[in-house]
Amino acid sequence: MNRHDPALAAAEPRLFAEGATIGYDNRVISSDLSVAIPDRSFTVIVGANACGKSTLLRALSRLIKPSRGRVVLDGQAISGFPAKEVARRLGLLPQTSIAPEGITVADLIARGRYPHQKLLQQWSREDEAAVIAAMEATKVTALSHRLVDELSGGQRQRVWVAMVLAQETPLLLLDEPTTFLDITHQIELLELLEDLNKRNGQTIVAVLHDLNHACRYASHIIAMRDGAVIAEGAPREIVTAELVEAVFGLPCIIIDDPIAHTPLVIPRGSAPAART
Amino acid sequence: MSVLDPNNGIAFRRPIRSVRWFGERVSHRLDMRTLSVCLVLLAVAVAIALVTLASGEYQVPLPDVVRALLGQAEGRIHMVVVEWRLPRTALALILGGALGMGGAIFQSLTRNPLGSPDIIGFDAGAYTGALVVIILMGGSYYAIAGGALIGGLVTALLVYALAYSRGVQGFRLIIVGIGVSAMLTSLNTWMLLRAKLEVAMAAAIWGAGTLNGLGLDRLGPAALILAVLVPLALLMSRPMAQLELGDDAARALGVNAERTRLGLLVLGVALTATVTATAGPIGFVALAAPQLARRITGTAGVSMVPSAAMGALLLAGADYLAQRAFAPTQLPVGIVTVSLGGVYFVWLLLREARRQ
Repeated sequence: MNRHDPALAAAEPRLFAEGATIGYDNRVISSDLSVAIPDRSFTVIVGANACGKSTLLRALSRLIKPSRGRVVLDGQAISGFPAKEVARRLGLLPQTSIAPEGITVADLIARGRYPHQKLLQQWSREDEAAVIAAMEATKVTALSHRLVDELSGGQRQRVWVAMVLAQETPLLLLDEPTTFLDITHQIELLELLEDLNKRNGQTIVAVLHDLNHACRYASHIIAMRDGAVIAEGAPREIVTAELVEAVFGLPCIIIDDPIAHTPLVIPRGSAPAART
Repeated sequence: MSVLDPNNGIAFRRPIRSVRWFGERVSHRLDMRTLSVCLVLLAVAVAIALVTLASGEYQVPLPDVVRALLGQAEGRIHMVVVEWRLPRTALALILGGALGMGGAIFQSLTRNPLGSPDIIGFDAGAYTGALVVIILMGGSYYAIAGGALIGGLVTALLVYALAYSRGVQGFRLIIVGIGVSAMLTSLNTWMLLRAKLEVAMAAAIWGAGTLNGLGLDRLGPAALILAVLVPLALLMSRPMAQLELGDDAARALGVNAERTRLGLLVLGVALTATVTATAGPIGFVALAAPQLARRITGTAGVSMVPSAAMGALLLAGADYLAQRAFAPTQLPVGIVTVSLGGVYFVWLLLREARRQ
């Protein structure tokens, strides 16, 4: 497929990796990886620990540069963009962020506007509107004057999500956003992302641990193992017992989720006979 | 204290005023508390400077000091206030500001209130460089300043290299810096002990950091260099604040983390080096000013302008004490800052230890 053919350009997704070899220092995590993020999808990357899913997300968001191949954003190598230009198109919630001591919720969320600001324009009406909208979407408006240090884990994660929402990017990448949240807050966050995806048409890419969450909320799943993509597609089409066994090494059966009618993974466990 | 911005529904917990001028081509979030704190700090610093200009063996009434500064005083008063006392007092203000700003940069980069240039080895290294020049070559002012600069920079590079392991982490940098600092301090003591008495005396006074006897010939170059460094540093204050969110988050928000860090490091070293080259290593202002300023303004993270204002106030105050506390004996101002700063340092260490 010729990526530079103008006739195909319209069909080309906004974000994809092409023959990318990615890793840290001399340790290669993925070699020759090609994967595309479908526009306007809610894509979830799944896989066992250390399978390279976070590394892929970091490469897609320009935090690490592929040693071979490239990541393409809007038809151009992402490494060729100025840093702020990337940040206006693509937002990322990293696994670990640090809230400066004594920062308030509103102040932290306003930091998400940085790529839109200039030396003389540091607080435009658009900045203000984006911060207000991000706070409303994540239901943190009432917390805006609170210190981030004094919030609960679930509230804090919502504030970080609000910060990347304030960035107002058409593409939004999140690295394990539900880790450290209790089940209620996990579901709340996933529904927020689903809503952003459906209502605003924002393309969402998230790394998730829970396969059942992926099945229920994702429109597109990328399953990885040992740095390679072994399956991708809609949950209903690709999630089978064989795939789960191949990705996680987990014997299981797949049943129909009685609520969402998406695949539901039921592990067999080590002694299934004893438990029936 | 929650203050709602009258313009919108965002509660920043602080009095914030959104200003938009020239059809929105200029917009800013003005933090009224930070603004007023800076103005008060500067006013106090200037007041201390005026008192310093007025006092001494030859007392000048305050109104005459003001008149002399406006160029309306005659003969003797003009000579005493403007020619003798003003350069030194102006140096105290601008060097204090430079130390505060340099300290804010280092503390922000290391994300640690202990990460100031005097703690992480810069001052000890500058002293080593100066000592080598003084003892081996006798040394004019420029030779000593050069030696101090090289000593400080080499030490900064050494500490950076020793602390490097896949990027530099704040805490490693501080621990390595304290270690290197201790080694250099013992080397400095050894050099002083080996030197001739007069040479050792002169070197020891330089090493304490002093403004005694500094005149227009030092004020000019220092003011000129700072006039370049300070605006450059201010331009980087926003990316500096973003960097405090962590490298990944800052980069995802469009900050070029490596370039920003390197630029800030160079500026922080340059600000501190300007002070050291002018007056010797003056300790603890860079350590204390950013944290004191942060406590008063109540902002998140350290910021450059309030730290600079606080640094100017601290050094102007310390210099007043250095001149007047045991008059007619003139103390090196560094002795005053170290004595007062030592108390602060102990308190800070205790607080950090309790938190771990």
